[in-house]
Amino acid sequence: MAERTRLAVVGAGPAGLAGALAAAARGVRVTLVDAAEQAGGQFFRRPAEAFAARRPPAPHPREHTWERLRDALDRYRAAGTVTHLTEHHVWCVERLPASRGFAVHALCGPAQEEGVTVRADAVLLATGGYERVLPFPGWTLPGVVTAGGAQAVLKGQLVLPGRTVVVAGTGPLLLPVAAGLAEAGARVAALVESAGPRALLRRAPALAGQPGKVAEGVHYAARLLRYGVRPLARHTVVEAHGADRLEAVTVAALDRGGRLAPGTARRVRCDALAVGHGLLPHTDLAETLGCALSGTDVRVDTEQRTDVPGVWAAGETTGVGGADLALAEGHIAGRSIAARLRGTAPDPRAWAVADRARTRLRAFAAALDAVYAPPSDWVDRMTDDTTVCRCEEVGAGRVREAVGALGAGDARSVKLLTRAGMGWCQGRMCGPAVAGLTGCPLTPGRRPFARPVPLGVLAGLPEPRPD
Amino acid sequence: MRLTCDVVVVGAGAVGAACALYAARAGLDVCVVDRGQVAGGTTGAGEGNLLVSDKAPGPELELALLSAGLWAGLADELGPAVEYEPKGGLVVAKTPGELSALHGLAERQRAAGVAAVRVGPRELAELEPHLSPGLAGGVLHPQDAQVMPALAAAHVIRASGARLHTGSNVTGVLRGRSGAVRGVRTARGDIHAPAVVNAAGTWGGELAALAGTHLPVLPRRGFVLVTEPLPRMVRHKVYAADYVADVASDSAALRTSPVVEGTSAGPVLIGASRERIGFDRALSLPAVRALAAGAIGLFPFLEPVRALRTYAGFRPYLPDHLPAIGPDPRVPGLLHACGHEGAGIGLATGTGRLIAQALTGEATELDLGPFRPDRFGAPGTSPATRGGQTP
Repeated sequence: MAERTRLAVVGAGPAGLAGALAAAARGVRVTLVDAAEQAGGQFFRRPAEAFAARRPPAPHPREHTWERLRDALDRYRAAGTVTHLTEHHVWCVERLPASRGFAVHALCGPAQEEGVTVRADAVLLATGGYERVLPFPGWTLPGVVTAGGAQAVLKGQLVLPGRTVVVAGTGPLLLPVAAGLAEAGARVAALVESAGPRALLRRAPALAGQPGKVAEGVHYAARLLRYGVRPLARHTVVEAHGADRLEAVTVAALDRGGRLAPGTARRVRCDALAVGHGLLPHTDLAETLGCALSGTDVRVDTEQRTDVPGVWAAGETTGVGGADLALAEGHIAGRSIAARLRGTAPDPRAWAVADRARTRLRAFAAALDAVYAPPSDWVDRMTDDTTVCRCEEVGAGRVREAVGALGAGDARSVKLLTRAGMGWCQGRMCGPAVAGLTGCPLTPGRRPFARPVPLGVLAGLPEPRPD
Repeated sequence: MRLTCDVVVVGAGAVGAACALYAARAGLDVCVVDRGQVAGGTTGAGEGNLLVSDKAPGPELELALLSAGLWAGLADELGPAVEYEPKGGLVVAKTPGELSALHGLAERQRAAGVAAVRVGPRELAELEPHLSPGLAGGVLHPQDAQVMPALAAAHVIRASGARLHTGSNVTGVLRGRSGAVRGVRTARGDIHAPAVVNAAGTWGGELAALAGTHLPVLPRRGFVLVTEPLPRMVRHKVYAADYVADVASDSAALRTSPVVEGTSAGPVLIGASRERIGFDRALSLPAVRALAAGAIGLFPFLEPVRALRTYAGFRPYLPDHLPAIGPDPRVPGLLHACGHEGAGIGLATGTGRLIAQALTGEATELDLGPFRPDRFGAPGTSPATRGGQTP
């Protein structure tokens, strides 16, 4: 077992980094555990050294913020205050009995076959989010990728998903993804957004409170215009076509009610479709620890504390809101942890700036959430043979049968009766579709193992012993 | 008062499903109510074992034998949807001492009508090529089988034609002036019937209390580990001989003994842990650690295989390890069909048949005496013991 640390931070994206640095700056010994090769998370993802040397990427829009975080991390690592465990995939955080702190269990090694356990007095969960996938006919064809996946491969390996790309779905991620693809040399055949411009106008007051964030969107839109890409608002991709791989998509307009407008369908040729419908928080570790959730988000107080003593959470896991919100929340969490580990109550005035940013950015995120919505009839547009669960190859028709003929009424009973959600991804991908087809709200699934664990690692877990 | 139906079955798990099926086939009009979903309780957390091998001669084994025959018939009728697999159980012993105890049990089981075949070390390797070498021997039980329990419950309810009300929490048992039941009250309205079957599994004690009587059902937690899908590596249900002792034990502390089986869908299922710590679903790494170690001990190839998930279920446990089946003499019209501990899927069909016979006043195929729901007395009195049975 690794040496006991004061604070274990799970995730080295914006929230985890900000939290680790804020705590380290106040003398807390931190172990930062992260699945990636380098710190930064998805937002600050950069190519590995070898890739970057060959072909330097365009500068990150938040280069300055990144440099500040990276330099501070390097400093604390050199001083021994922060230990950064890269390529460590946490599968469970265990609360040890009798207030003996926490055991963070991770997998490492080339095939994630080796078990590592980090003991800590406090835990900050900064596990980020993952993409919401809404199936439609043809979405499993090779060439269809998630918007975030396309971005990750472009940022991390400087690889394009195709030559002619359609970017589709809904949410603020589509603009930067399309702009990034165009700048890297792809032809963006269409940018298809199901939200309408009116929805944006209705939320104008909340959005106007964030001139910087709105300007960011305008900036991406302007960059896209240079490549001749004009976003198609209130449109959707109805179907992806192709024999063995993607050859074209059908794009259609939506009416005011968010339903398909008849007679508007047209085909757009492409060899890649990057589709995204926003993010969902990663809450598996928090749920297994017993942290209360609110909807799909980990519930936290003003200090970013969960309701489990010793466990803090920050960033997308507490509600999707972007990198700036994650930085603010992580910073507050780190300062709170430093005070609480010393046995004192923190003075919230010390983080007043971050607190104001947090309030503003949460309001902004709530406004965006209301604007960006999938088409209202997306559930009905899944045909019976549209695959819902890729791992177990379950089509929408079988889910409908389980609900209609066999009496299933929630995601768990659908899973039991169809196997949807029983495979490798444990329902992360099919969860929204199953919930839609079942007619119930999306609830986080209980996943005691946040990722698959070799039985040998389970069998070799350290026996807890008194210390 | 207008009756809604002839009988209300509370509980849409495997036992409730079978009660509904056989009652409906006996000509009764049946409603099934559940506060959750079909197979939402212990049925959905089980492995679907239909076992005779782990039972010593006695009333439970008789019920298991009756049930095994009924399951085979139902499987013919319902087809592949319920994933019935008569794959047989293989009990293995590590030491000669364990093996002779196992042979002794098998001898007694054979006398009670169970097929039990002694297997030497070499034949073990033929039956299960990936089994750990060096085992002393085992016993093969060809009558052991498996179903996918949630699918089985759902399809049996569907085949019964009973009206199914899920998401309907029973908040009261309606009783007439004489004390006899008149139906149930649910959050969605009253259901009037002259008979109520308590098939609420681990929550059967709560339903008994709503009917003004007492049934000491307690949860006994178990974890199951589910691996990634694999080609067929484990052919039978394979378990270590100490499982039988664990099943019968009265200990509240964590006990684990490896039970390993492949499924038609691909994943290998690994059980079985037992502990009495209430309705706590929280992951217990000590429990899953012991399960994994035990499974690797039997099948070394499992070491690099990944567990995709684990989940807890709560076996409905009665102090003498026997279910409560039949009319409750304290409350006319109330019948119990719960407390099957870890054997509820296997014993469901026989239980359903006996309940249907009790409902229609037919002679029951088995003596309901050992399953009497009033055998535990009132709360606070000393619990009944196992009536001369050896575990």
